[in-house]
Amino acid sequence: MIHKYKLNGYNICLDVHSGAVHVLDDITYDVLEFCSENMTEDPPEEMYAALSDKYDRNDLTEAYEALYELYDMGQLFSPDDYEQFADLMTKAPIKSMCINISHDCNLRCEYCFAAKGDFGQGRCLMSLNTAKKAIDFIIANSGTRHNLEVDFFGGEPLMNFDVVKQTVEYARSIEKQHNKNFRFTITTNGLLLDDEKIDFINREMHNCVLSLDGRKEVNDKLRVTPNGKGCYDIIVPKYQKLVSRRGDKDYYIRGTFTTFSKDFTADVLHMKELGFEQLSIEPVVSDPKLDYSIKENDLPMVFNEYERLAKTLIDMRKRGEYFNFFHFMIDLDQGPCAIKRLRGCGCGNEYVAVTPQGDIYPCHQFVGEEQWKMGNLNDGTFDQDMKLRFARANVYSKENCKNCWAKFYCSGGCNANNYQYEGNILKSHKVGCELEKKRLECAIMIKAALADFQDEPKSACDGEDCFTECR
Amino acid sequence: GEQASCKTSCTVQ
Repeated sequence: MIHKYKLNGYNICLDVHSGAVHVLDDITYDVLEFCSENMTEDPPEEMYAALSDKYDRNDLTEAYEALYELYDMGQLFSPDDYEQFADLMTKAPIKSMCINISHDCNLRCEYCFAAKGDFGQGRCLMSLNTAKKAIDFIIANSGTRHNLEVDFFGGEPLMNFDVVKQTVEYARSIEKQHNKNFRFTITTNGLLLDDEKIDFINREMHNCVLSLDGRKEVNDKLRVTPNGKGCYDIIVPKYQKLVSRRGDKDYYIRGTFTTFSKDFTADVLHMKELGFEQLSIEPVVSDPKLDYSIKENDLPMVFNEYERLAKTLIDMRKRGEYFNFFHFMIDLDQGPCAIKRLRGCGCGNEYVAVTPQGDIYPCHQFVGEEQWKMGNLNDGTFDQDMKLRFARANVYSKENCKNCWAKFYCSGGCNANNYQYEGNILKSHKVGCELEKKRLECAIMIKAALADFQDEPKSACDGEDCFTECR
Repeated sequence: GEQASCKTSCTVQ
């Protein structure tokens, strides 16, 4: 299977099952239309018939031979050998956990999937006793995994800061005896940040996610306090202080775009102007009936905006200006292994979420959905059958995914989104899929453009009139 | 199996 497309002047071909990415000149791109999974060494006559009025016959033969060489090397129309590995996922231990340390929040963001902080379960904070049980649970269920990840989430985690600190201290005190390495992360709205919390986060948190939607008028439209006031002026200076003290540790300024802010390139650039470089703005997840949701008829405008952002990123890199956009990150050489790509995020299998009451859910987006409760830390229950059900939810068990060109990049998408929008964890959510595919096309195009920009040694070429020099 | 970074728009690192 291949995926070919034109974007920003580039003719791009992704060979899905090898992962090879090719940039083609115009004649080769046109010839590719006449190639298939059963390529032969001899060019098909219909290719000459269709293209001879546009290209010289010898050039067509040469272009076909170049494609056949890729085919022969297993980098074009390579076969799908991966379904045999799908069963490897069923035995994965739990190695990652979202601790909803607070089911309360000091903001009332209109689009919050956590029902403005409490997940519809009433406002409360997790006790240290429950948090310790969560740490004990992940250690006991992580098998031989060494790296364990725990994200402090909510609600607003800093509303329960003492328990966050004590939980980290507890995990650190026992990790070595169990041969584990905890990596903590935290997601915060920033309102309660002060010097003590900033220093703690920068010392203990492997990554931190700082919520901001971009421009003041965009952020303050939906991210409001209980009395309806925006939070931009309070949080931005605190984020700037945190990031300035963070050194080279990971962080993301993380925003949400809605149908009201489809011009989100301006928000990304605003974040950059504020001094931030690790940026993410992502589509709202919400009931499609709500007025701010991203709907199918929004897609053309959102696609254009992703293209605008991609071109902006390229132009800035060429000028030596840097920012990183989370959804355009792609490593074409050393990305995740094929097994990880089959497993996806690990929701319900490698990854679970726990609530202040000790309830266990497949992930943070399932919290509050009673039929998806997997067990409870206090009574020791855990539904292994449900774990197996999620383990088997992979790209080969999702009808719309197994023949999709993007399957090894989105890994079957988000089970929670599938359930929320389609009522079935195995049925992919169309709008989410289309957005993901567009982001991938942009991310690969950025790689092509930046490779084009870099000076390349002559030895990489095999002729004077080579593709590299002609562009 | 040794990181599970979005919280809403999963992409697979």
